[in-house]
Amino acid sequence: MVRRVRIKDHWGERRIFTIRGIVAGVIVAMSLLTVAARLFYLQVVRYNYYSELSQGNRVRIEPIPPSRGLILDRNGVVLADNMPAYQLEVVREQVGDTAQLNASLKRLVAIGLLDADDLPDIKRTIMSHRVYESVPIKLQMTDQEMAVFALHRFQFSGIDIHTRLSRHYPFGPLAVHALGYVAAISARDLKKIDPATYAGTTLIGKLGVEGAYESQLHGTPGYREVLVNAAGRPVHKEGAYRPKLKMRPPVAGKDLVLGIDIRAQLAAENGLAGLRGAVVAIDPRDGDVVALASTPGFDPNEFARGLTDKQYAALENDPDKPLINRALRGAYPPGSTVKPYYALAALHYGVMTPDETIFCPGYYHLPGSSHLYHCWRHRGHGSISMRRAIEQSCDVYFYNVANKLGIQRMHDFMSAFGFGRLTGIDISGEKSGLMPSPAWKRHAYKDAANQVWFPGETLIVGIGQGYMLATPLQLAHAVATLSERGIAFKPRLVIGIRPPGSTRLVRLPVDKEPGIAGITPDQWEVVDEGMEAAAQPGGTVANISVGAPYRIAAKTGTAQVFSLHQNQKYNASQIAERMRDHGLLIAFAPVDHPKLAVAVFVENGEHGGTIGGPIARKVLDAYLLPDKAAPPRTKPMTGPAP
Amino acid sequence: MMLDELSQSRARRTLTAGSRTLRALRLDGPLTGVLSLIVAIGVLVVYSASGQNVRMVEHHLGNIAIAVAAMILLARFSTPQYLRLFAPLAYVIGVLLLIVVDVTGHIGKGAQRWLDLGFVRFQPSEIMKLAVPMLCAWYMHERPLPPTFKDLVMMALFIAIPTAMVIVQPDLGTALLIAASGLIVMLLAGLRLSIILLSIPLLLAAAWGGWHYIHGYQRQRILTFINPESDRLGAGYHIIQSQIAIGSGGVFGKGYMHGSQAQLDFLPERSTDFIFAVIGEEFGLLGQLLILSLYGFVIGRALYLAMQGQDTFSRLTGGAIALSFFVYVFVNSGMVSGILPVVGVPLPLISYGGTSMVTIMAGFGILMSLHSHRKLVGS
Repeated sequence: MVRRVRIKDHWGERRIFTIRGIVAGVIVAMSLLTVAARLFYLQVVRYNYYSELSQGNRVRIEPIPPSRGLILDRNGVVLADNMPAYQLEVVREQVGDTAQLNASLKRLVAIGLLDADDLPDIKRTIMSHRVYESVPIKLQMTDQEMAVFALHRFQFSGIDIHTRLSRHYPFGPLAVHALGYVAAISARDLKKIDPATYAGTTLIGKLGVEGAYESQLHGTPGYREVLVNAAGRPVHKEGAYRPKLKMRPPVAGKDLVLGIDIRAQLAAENGLAGLRGAVVAIDPRDGDVVALASTPGFDPNEFARGLTDKQYAALENDPDKPLINRALRGAYPPGSTVKPYYALAALHYGVMTPDETIFCPGYYHLPGSSHLYHCWRHRGHGSISMRRAIEQSCDVYFYNVANKLGIQRMHDFMSAFGFGRLTGIDISGEKSGLMPSPAWKRHAYKDAANQVWFPGETLIVGIGQGYMLATPLQLAHAVATLSERGIAFKPRLVIGIRPPGSTRLVRLPVDKEPGIAGITPDQWEVVDEGMEAAAQPGGTVANISVGAPYRIAAKTGTAQVFSLHQNQKYNASQIAERMRDHGLLIAFAPVDHPKLAVAVFVENGEHGGTIGGPIARKVLDAYLLPDKAAPPRTKPMTGPAP
Repeated sequence: MMLDELSQSRARRTLTAGSRTLRALRLDGPLTGVLSLIVAIGVLVVYSASGQNVRMVEHHLGNIAIAVAAMILLARFSTPQYLRLFAPLAYVIGVLLLIVVDVTGHIGKGAQRWLDLGFVRFQPSEIMKLAVPMLCAWYMHERPLPPTFKDLVMMALFIAIPTAMVIVQPDLGTALLIAASGLIVMLLAGLRLSIILLSIPLLLAAAWGGWHYIHGYQRQRILTFINPESDRLGAGYHIIQSQIAIGSGGVFGKGYMHGSQAQLDFLPERSTDFIFAVIGEEFGLLGQLLILSLYGFVIGRALYLAMQGQDTFSRLTGGAIALSFFVYVFVNSGMVSGILPVVGVPLPLISYGGTSMVTIMAGFGILMSLHSHRKLVGS
């Protein structure tokens, strides 16, 4: 074996290195040129693109939320305003690490400022914000809570009390179903609103005037440009220079003036205290809603403060349904309150004359039928004329009227008074009720047997029962139209708008409806007289006008919750409270020149006159005799005294 | 000598005095001059990028002082012979220190790259950037070029040991640089073209295997490099913000200390790995081209000096130092401008951070020593 020994060839090796070195040099040059080309691409070709990106990076537009418009009653009493609310806020980076944060939150629980159950939620909220952001963990603190915190403040770094404007309703639950409320913007709200308009705003109007006039109340947010660093933290200067930053102040929302009179509203709610019911009072001269109450209600301040799921569930599952606006959404059989309208219809279509009498034996049956339709007064009213029939609310008289009119004419006439259709009030959620007709029945039922309109059904509709449904708002609107003798206005809550920063109120034009034509003053007079008699001693609602310095016209109504068998007698004491009849009442006053029309509805209130009369009277007094009405008291504010 | 007598101007005299000093310190004039220029620019950029942090600049100046001292000492007092004898020792010490770091790192969980000697903290992996090419050059010094297959296997082993140890730290960037410095020696030693071509499929296979081995964040970096938009706020953030900084600088830049990307913290790692983007934002294309030209000059000059090396060790070591420097420049500028994935490699001589500065200047000290201490053999 010959081992080939390679000897070093110094000259050759130097040559190898030199050649490789030169090749390497060429590669180096090419590589650096590649980088240079890339830089040329970034800095020359795409300069504009990156320049814009860089500008967008450093300036953040920070919204300045507008101040929400106020809501005032017709006399300028503030019903909704904005109050500084004191809230506990945490800046995470000032508290320290997660362990210190947890310890601080536990201490807040220990001194009673937080609920241990809420801690996981609160922690999640804190962690979802940036470390330097101030995160609210307890809204609208009471004086006592502030005092407790002040006492323990030394234990907490990075946690402090801050002020911000929040919606405040000075009267608490008063008129909540008219005003509505504001609450945190939900995912569903976000689909409807322009997010730019709501930047920086956390609350949005949900129902009532707050919801319907959201666009007027909200205002226009302003903005300021804020120089920020990459962490989003506002900084004052970048490197060595201070750039010019733009700022636009916000425009506050418009103030709204309602037709509501706080005294009438208070009277209505006091009257309904402890009851489930609704009161709607309308000024018949212009359709202004003077009172709109639905009980039980709730405190809208709670919503602005932020309800926990538990609190909201409690409201929603309450058997008394405080969240339901009965004035607009409660559709009930109107009962005998419809009788004045049918009397008018009878005169209008000429099926009855005012003085023509009908004999009431206490029951009625259709010709050729043995089915008995009872009068509420089982022993009967005897021979009775139209005025007396209204005064005494004689069912048999109106069975006759209904039978003579026929359902189609009843439907047409009542529809003109607004039954069965939306009144078009300026807040949402209204129900249309139901004014039945054969055509309606054909559409409403699928099976042929139910599509037929039976003559007996006409009779029942004639006393406001059966299929017929009306909301308290429709009752009030109809009686307002009645009181003005056919001149109708669309009901409205908001009567004027005040632009921000102005003292001049812009009144909204009234919205006049077609109303009722073709009825003579004499015919109106008959109905007025009947209703006024009902409010006098011997009438169905005599209690309403005791000692009244003005003339009142009224009509009671009772709506059956469930129907009685043929020979059964209604016995309130034997029937569970929830199964009792609903009590209704409509009234207007003064009779000679009406200024207010009222509808009262009391769920399971049994008899409209007994329970509704005093309520309606309080509302009338409060509006017609303002000096006697009790001055409104605001609910004590939650939060510290200024 | 003619020059001395003819020049009467003070400037000329100062220059001559300067070149005499350089010669006495065994430094190469053009290389030292340009290196000084780069370092000086670096100080200015660090001041801006750090948000006018004077303490950081002071610390940076301290690092420069140590680095320059290392360069001068190595250039002046080391000789090719000493360096060649020292190479295996440096390698062994380096490997031992890496073991120490890896073990303590394993105990103290997480990345552990630093060795704290009380008075000074440094990364042993930095030693390997010089020790690996020197050991390879030492190995090839006695052997005829080009290397045989056995030589290649040996050198591959020299490279693989520290590379693997640095990968597990984990520090992919430094590991790649160590491997590159060794591979450069193999290439300069005359590695046959056929083997280079043959190794390409092998490297691809290794890359495929390595993909399954590397850490999640490293994998993410590569994925993000391919599509930065996929992770705008995570790993892609570095790349996007860096390109915005460079692109918005335009031709002339936004002005010194006026780069909004850098001054408002949008640019991550802006005084270390991404400082090249600060130069791009504040000094524009012209500033970056100037820096690249200076680097190009340094690499060219260093290669030239290496070519003049007297023996295999000198040439291979010198060439490896020159081309490693190029790799730093290319990997960093490529990463910052978005043509290479994000690897933690600083911009040499400019980025804030001591260890790499010292290593690089020490490398140039060695390079200059190898050149200036060569024996003049009559040719």
